[in-house]
Amino acid sequence: MDRRTDRAADPAADLVRTLAPQVLGVLVRRGADFATAEDAVQEALVEAVRHWPDGAPDDPKAWLVRVAGRKLVDLQRSEAARRRREERVADEPPPGPTEQADDTLLLLSRCCHPALSPASAIALTLRAVGGLTTAQVAQAFLVPEATMAQRISRAKRTVSGQRFETPGDVRAVLRVLYLMFNEGFTGEVSLAQEAIRLTRQLAAAHGDPEIAGLLALMLLHHARRDARYTASGELVPLDEQDRTRWDTAMIAEGVDVLQAALARDHLGEYQAQAAIAALHDDAPTAQETDWPQILEWYDELASLAPGPVVALNRAVAVGQVDGPRAGLAALAAVDRRVARWDAVAAHLHERADDVERAIGHYTAAADHATSAAERTHLLRQAARLRAQRR
Amino acid sequence: MAKYLLLKHYRRNSGPEWLPGTDVPMDRWTPEEITEHIDYMRRFAEKLTESGEFVGEGALAPEGTFVRYDGEGRPPVTDGPFAETKDLIAGWMIIDVDSQERAYEAAAELSAAPGPGGRPIHEWLEVRPFLGEDFTIE
Repeated sequence: MDRRTDRAADPAADLVRTLAPQVLGVLVRRGADFATAEDAVQEALVEAVRHWPDGAPDDPKAWLVRVAGRKLVDLQRSEAARRRREERVADEPPPGPTEQADDTLLLLSRCCHPALSPASAIALTLRAVGGLTTAQVAQAFLVPEATMAQRISRAKRTVSGQRFETPGDVRAVLRVLYLMFNEGFTGEVSLAQEAIRLTRQLAAAHGDPEIAGLLALMLLHHARRDARYTASGELVPLDEQDRTRWDTAMIAEGVDVLQAALARDHLGEYQAQAAIAALHDDAPTAQETDWPQILEWYDELASLAPGPVVALNRAVAVGQVDGPRAGLAALAAVDRRVARWDAVAAHLHERADDVERAIGHYTAAADHATSAAERTHLLRQAARLRAQRR
Repeated sequence: MAKYLLLKHYRRNSGPEWLPGTDVPMDRWTPEEITEHIDYMRRFAEKLTESGEFVGEGALAPEGTFVRYDGEGRPPVTDGPFAETKDLIAGWMIIDVDSQERAYEAAAELSAAPGPGGRPIHEWLEVRPFLGEDFTIE
């Protein structure tokens, strides 16, 4: 249950990591095979980490392109690489005049290819576009480095057969970034922070309002990170969080990004989710939350992206606007197998003063919890009601 | 150094008798008692990390399924979940320590985690040594 606050910024490391995808983009646009180019960039980054502390070059990007280019030639000379290249030469696109700004999406859509599992796509994205080392990616997933190295090289083999086309499905990329963000803080590397960094990079290059919507959603949630857990790692629900610990600057940025996106009048699910997060962030106390407006956004969201999770959260909002009985009626229509169904039922029964049912649902919810922190939190809710009853 | 697995159970039908007070489910404690307990466990893991003896830990969901091979080209056979599985493991911790004595000492400290009334719960923990490598030089 190791949760860290943001790492101290290291300008040299940040620079290397910002440049990594740009350098990869240059090599790929020159016609290099994606998998080999990615290896070459990794080796160049290792060189940079070794040499730059003695004095960074005047033009760091040119330096990296030069070193990575040399590494690429070395790799291509090796027998295995040559064989791979020959097999694929027909698939390689001609080097085209692509804007620098397009590289991020181009590389991301390669790393987030639908043929990859989400976990593999996240790992490959972190290394190829996020500029993390294999060891760091392994740390983020709490698996041995050798395991992660294999996962990444398998992922590269999977996507290497695919043609390197113009930016593909933005939706697939956003989905992977969304999942990366939800992995949250597990180890040394904060995946939430990496996801924000990558989404910010993508939003700077492309005007799709859903990219901005996802960025806003991440910022508006990440702003509450310090209030979400107690010192001993217990989960603090939204209505009990100490709102003075929310990051107001990050909320302000999230709201700005969201408003600019909404102004383009092309609504999507991430913008709708961000709007809901913004309404929560906007309330000085839990009691002052604008639930009627949140419910309207859930109705909107249910039509944009219907599903049991949205329906479940909508039932919570119904419970706040029209009372717990109405919430329970809405909940009855939701598939019981969805995660947190029992937790929502417990909450609504508690508000309806049905303590016995609430205790039963909290206990059942604890048995189906997906994390230790969530399990403890739910057991604590059951314990609280039992203590009150005594 | 040798590795030991410390096992915590939700429920046991074998092994030693529960001591009074150790078989009260957590949802029947007070919220403060739960917080104290969780805090103790966290501090314990931190202490072992500082002493260089901590390897890893994990918590398991109460419900599981039995799975087995059913022949070439056939999907796996599953059975369960069984409500009355004999021994139900709740969580594990792996430590890497100098001696068996030290492993027992660490397990006892974990077993002293506070429960109802802030008193140690005296929970029985199962301590299992890992099988190691053969020595190259005998």
